[in-house]
Amino acid sequence: MLKGRSILEPMDMTVAELEGIFDLADAIIDDPEKFAHACDGKLLATLFYEPSTRTRFSFEAAMLRLGGKVIGFSEPNSSSVAKGESIADTIRTIACYADIAVMRHPKEGAPRIAANNTDMPVINAGDGGHMHPTQTLTDLLTIRRRKGGFTNLKIGLCGDLKFGRTVHSLIKAMSRYEGVEFIMISPEELRVPEYVRKGVLEANNIPYREVKKMKEVMPELDVLYMTRVQRERFFNEEDYIRLKDRYILDLEKIENAKEDLMILHPLPRVNEIAVEVDNDPRALYFEQAKNGMFVRMALIMKLLGIEVQ
Amino acid sequence: MIVNSIEKGIVIDHITAGTGHRILDYLNIDTKNNTVAFIMNAYSQKHGRKDLIKIENVTDVDLTVLGLLDPTATVNVIENGQIVKKISLELPETVVDVIKCKNPRCVTSVERNAHHIFHLMNAETHEYRCEYCDDIVNMKGE
Ligand SMILES: [Zn+2]
Repeated sequence: MLKGRSILEPMDMTVAELEGIFDLADAIIDDPEKFAHACDGKLLATLFYEPSTRTRFSFEAAMLRLGGKVIGFSEPNSSSVAKGESIADTIRTIACYADIAVMRHPKEGAPRIAANNTDMPVINAGDGGHMHPTQTLTDLLTIRRRKGGFTNLKIGLCGDLKFGRTVHSLIKAMSRYEGVEFIMISPEELRVPEYVRKGVLEANNIPYREVKKMKEVMPELDVLYMTRVQRERFFNEEDYIRLKDRYILDLEKIENAKEDLMILHPLPRVNEIAVEVDNDPRALYFEQAKNGMFVRMALIMKLLGIEVQ
Repeated sequence: MIVNSIEKGIVIDHITAGTGHRILDYLNIDTKNNTVAFIMNAYSQKHGRKDLIKIENVTDVDLTVLGLLDPTATVNVIENGQIVKKISLELPETVVDVIKCKNPRCVTSVERNAHHIFHLMNAETHEYRCEYCDDIVNMKGE
């Protein structure tokens, strides 16, 4: 049962619970009208201690489309937080008004402090470089809707695999399914950290390869998950300029890719996917963004224990 | 080297050599009002080199802290010059407010009154994981 629980990291949910969320998300996508009043009278609090317009809009749209209402702040300077209120006190106060809360915070583990201090469900909407479970739900729902499931997939991860938390979460979540294989495409400096390589991949005997160029592995891939290579991650400008084009996806690079390759990106993108790719039917990152709202609708309903007949 | 035996108190024996000073640090023993004997690198037939701590008049120490720092140590409680209790230690599953999280991005660096909570992750390597940020501390090597 997900009712009343907080979701702080993707692994907080069992495989069966995830299936339940995705089934519900599918039902909402098929017939959104049916769910338009599912959360009538319910209130979502969005506590954004750092700005993230995209994630906040996605949660707010999700709640509003379920018939619920939203309160919250999007910059802590304008709230009691600026006066130095602790997270524990803030969440206890908010719990007097709201039914469920979403928190984004620059410090790692902040949503857990909140969850430990209330019975109200708290959803982590990103805590520093740590976790962002609803992004993982979004990625998984998008894969499931196109591939029918998560087994026997060859997943390419490209770009900044060292600091990209969405990549780490996706690897962890996908490592629970049969026949999954990873091909990790990145400069040497930006490979996945040790705890992912040893703690997740090798601990679960999951086949993986690390390569530097995407073109040569493109024909094998079922999913290509792109992330941004940030300039500030490089030690010097020369390396950045030398390497960045390698990790920019354009039409030429997907020439030899499978017909049903899924190109995903957590967005926002800067230049790592050329705009010319957007019209290719394999480019699914905007569909992914839309799924993000639907999966959040499903999650909110599950945590509030609301069912629609 | 001979240290007088005690009438009442506690003897922490078989401490891994070199760990004794950390244990004294963490236990926060009132060394002003209690007699404390700290022996480093004593020779034991069974264990080779070891550290040993005797504390007079104190019969309760934080066993969680002791287990965390050196689970192979043993604790003898002495009353009327006799050992009345032998306690063996183990690595605690969870420790609260003993170790502090060193990750500067961790919420415990800003949230007042937040307890520093660590969970045992690997009993072989003595690695503990921060409840909030998942940062890992190795208690063997500290
Ligand atoms: Zn921490």
